[in-house]
Amino acid sequence: MSRLLVCPPDYFGIEYEINPWMRRSNAVNSEQAVRQWHHLMQVLEQDVGAVLERMKPVPGLPDLVFTANAGIVVGRQAVPSRFRYPERQREEAYVEDWFLGQGYEVVKLDPGCFFEGAGDLLGFPDTWFGGYRQRSEIRVFPTLSDWFHREIIPLELVDNRFYHLDTCLCPLSGGELLYFPPAFDRYGQEVLAERIAPSRRLVVSEAEALRFACNAVCVGKHIVLPAGCPETESLLTSRGYLPHPVPLDEFMKSGGSAKCLTLALD
Amino acid sequence: MQDQEAVILQGHIIDSLILAKVLDRILMMGGTFDLQDVQIGKTREEPSRARIIVQASSAKLLSEILHAIQPHGASVESDRDCRLTAAPADGIFPDEFYATTHLSTQVRVRDQWVEVEGIEMDLGIRVDAVRQTAGTVPMGEVKQGDLIVTGREGVRVIPLQRPRDRDVFSFMESQVSSERPHGLVISDIAKRLVQLRTGFREGTVGSKVLLAGGPAIVHAGGREALTWLIEEEFIHVLFCGNALPAHDMEVDLYGTSLGYGHVAGRVVPHGHEHHLRTINRIRAIGSIEAAVRSGVIKTGIMAACIRRGAQVVMAGTIRDDGPLPGVITDSVAAQAAMRAAIPGVGLALLVASTLHAVATGNLLPATIPSVCVDINPAVPTKLADRGSFQAVGLVMDATSFLRELARELGWKP
Repeated sequence: MSRLLVCPPDYFGIEYEINPWMRRSNAVNSEQAVRQWHHLMQVLEQDVGAVLERMKPVPGLPDLVFTANAGIVVGRQAVPSRFRYPERQREEAYVEDWFLGQGYEVVKLDPGCFFEGAGDLLGFPDTWFGGYRQRSEIRVFPTLSDWFHREIIPLELVDNRFYHLDTCLCPLSGGELLYFPPAFDRYGQEVLAERIAPSRRLVVSEAEALRFACNAVCVGKHIVLPAGCPETESLLTSRGYLPHPVPLDEFMKSGGSAKCLTLALD
Repeated sequence: MQDQEAVILQGHIIDSLILAKVLDRILMMGGTFDLQDVQIGKTREEPSRARIIVQASSAKLLSEILHAIQPHGASVESDRDCRLTAAPADGIFPDEFYATTHLSTQVRVRDQWVEVEGIEMDLGIRVDAVRQTAGTVPMGEVKQGDLIVTGREGVRVIPLQRPRDRDVFSFMESQVSSERPHGLVISDIAKRLVQLRTGFREGTVGSKVLLAGGPAIVHAGGREALTWLIEEEFIHVLFCGNALPAHDMEVDLYGTSLGYGHVAGRVVPHGHEHHLRTINRIRAIGSIEAAVRSGVIKTGIMAACIRRGAQVVMAGTIRDDGPLPGVITDSVAAQAAMRAAIPGVGLALLVASTLHAVATGNLLPATIPSVCVDINPAVPTKLADRGSFQAVGLVMDATSFLRELARELGWKP
C-alpha cells in the first residue's frame, strides 16, 4: 500500500514567476485546475489503490499544491525543504507543523542550505539520485546520505526547463529508469548509463519530456502520468506497466504535473 | 608565483563523476590541481572525501575557478584569519610570534590570503589589518603596538616550485663536493648572467645580480675578472666588508695586496703597511667615491662599482682597520642596509667569505637562486642545507671561479 501526501488546489495560481514555465499573464483556470486535480486523485485512489493524506491548503501559498517539494519522508523521519526562492520559503513552517502534527520526527537541514524535497531526491531502494544546480544544492546530499545511510548520486541539472530532478527522471518499481538524458550534463548521462543496463533505460523524447512525461507517479505496475505522451505510454506498456494518463495542463502552467502533486509518505 | 587554495569535496563523488567533473573544470579553465588525501568510502553508502589544492597563475583566475567548482560541492577548506597580537614594546615581539622561513608565505587577513612582503628567514610578520597588507619585520625594528602574527593559524608557506629552466639550478643541490665538474655549472651561471643583464638593461624587475665577496678574491688574483664583470654590467650589487675594498685599492695604489706584490709575486719591504696607508689615504679624501672621481683610485673593483653605479654595502667587523669611509660599523644598521638592497636581486653569487655568504644567504628568499663558492666545503654545505632547490654549492677557489666565469662571458685576460 502506498500513502501519498496531497494538497487541494483551492489557492493554486500563478502569483510569481520562478521557473521558465510560469507566466503571470498565463492565468490558471481555477475550476479546470480543481477538476483536473480531483480526476488525478480519483485515479490514484481508485485505479492505483494509493491512500491519500490531504493537507489543508493555505491562502497565499499557491504552490503548496506541489507536495513533492514539501520535503522527504523516510520511515518516521521527515526532512522539510529549504526553498531557494523566498516565494516558496513561506511554505516551510507550515509543512514542518504538518509533519510534527502527524507524529513525524522532523530532522532539519541548516538554514541557507537549499533542498527542495522529493522534487530533487528520488531513486531506487538502495541508490538515490539527487538533482542539483537549479534548486537544491549539492552540499545537502552528503548530509542526507549520512542521516539515512543511502548512497546519493548527485546529478547536475543543466536545462532550466527541467528545474527539479522529478521533471526529467523517474525510477520505476521494476528497476527501469524513465528519463530525458539532455536534461543532464555529460557526466550525469555517463553515470546513469554506467549504473543502469541499456535495456532498463527508457528514454523519453524531447516533445514528451516537455509535456513532463517523466513527472510520473509509479505505484507497483501502475504509472500515472500527464496526458499527451503516447510514445511514453507505449514504451511503458511494452515493459508491462499500466499507464494512466491524466490531463494536468493547468498545473503545467506552473511547471508541475502528476509527480509534483504528490509526496510519497512510505 | 602561483595562487592556490585548498578545497574539500565530499559525498558520493567517485561513482557520480563529480570529482572527475571538478578536476576537469579546473584544467579546462587553465588551472592545475594537486589531489591530496583522497579517502574512498569502503561501502557504497560510505562517502568519499578529497582534498584538492587548486592552483592558478593569478588571484583572479583562482577566484574564477573556485567560483565555478563551488556549485559542484567543492568548498574552500575552512580557514581562519591569522592571530594578531600587538607588540608589547619597541624591539620586542609578542610571545608566540610566528618566525618566518625563507619560503614565500601568505597570511589570512579578514578572509583573504595576503602575500607577506620581503620574505626572509627568522623574522616576524607585521600586518596592517586595515590595508590588508603584511610584511616581514626584524625583531629590532618592531614598534610597540605593531600587529604581529602569533601562532600558526592562518599562515601558510608556499613550497618552492621546481624551476622551469633546465639548468644547474633546476635540480636539488644539497650535496656539495669538490669533485663536481665545475665547467658545466659555471657555463650555466654565465648563461643566467647574460639573461639577467638583458633584463637589467631593459629595466625588468628581479634582474639584478648580487655578489657577496671576501678579500681572498683580491689576494688570490680574482680582482681583474671581478672588475671586468662589474664593468660589463654583469654584477649590480656588491656586499663586502672593510678588507675587500681596502686590498682592492691597495693594489691600485701600491701594487700589493696585504703587502704581497701582485706583479713581483713576493712580499715587498714594509708591504704590510700598505693597506693601512691605503685606508688612511681614503679617509683623508673622505670617501671611496671621491677617491675614484678625483682619479686617486683608477682601477679595480671599487673603481668599477663607482663608474658603473653598482650598489655597494660594506659591513664592518670587529677586527677592521680604519675602517674605510662608508663601512657600516653598527651591525644592525649594516644588516638593514643589506636587507634594503635585496629587492630586485635575481641571482646571488656568494664568493670566498664565510661571514658575508652566510649573512647574505639568510637574507635571501628561497626563490632567488644562489651560488656559493668557497674552497672550504663547510661554507657551501651550510648554505645548500638551507633547503632551497636553487642553492648551488661549488668547492673551488674564488679566483678560478671568477676567471672562468668571466672568460665564459668573453673576458680576455
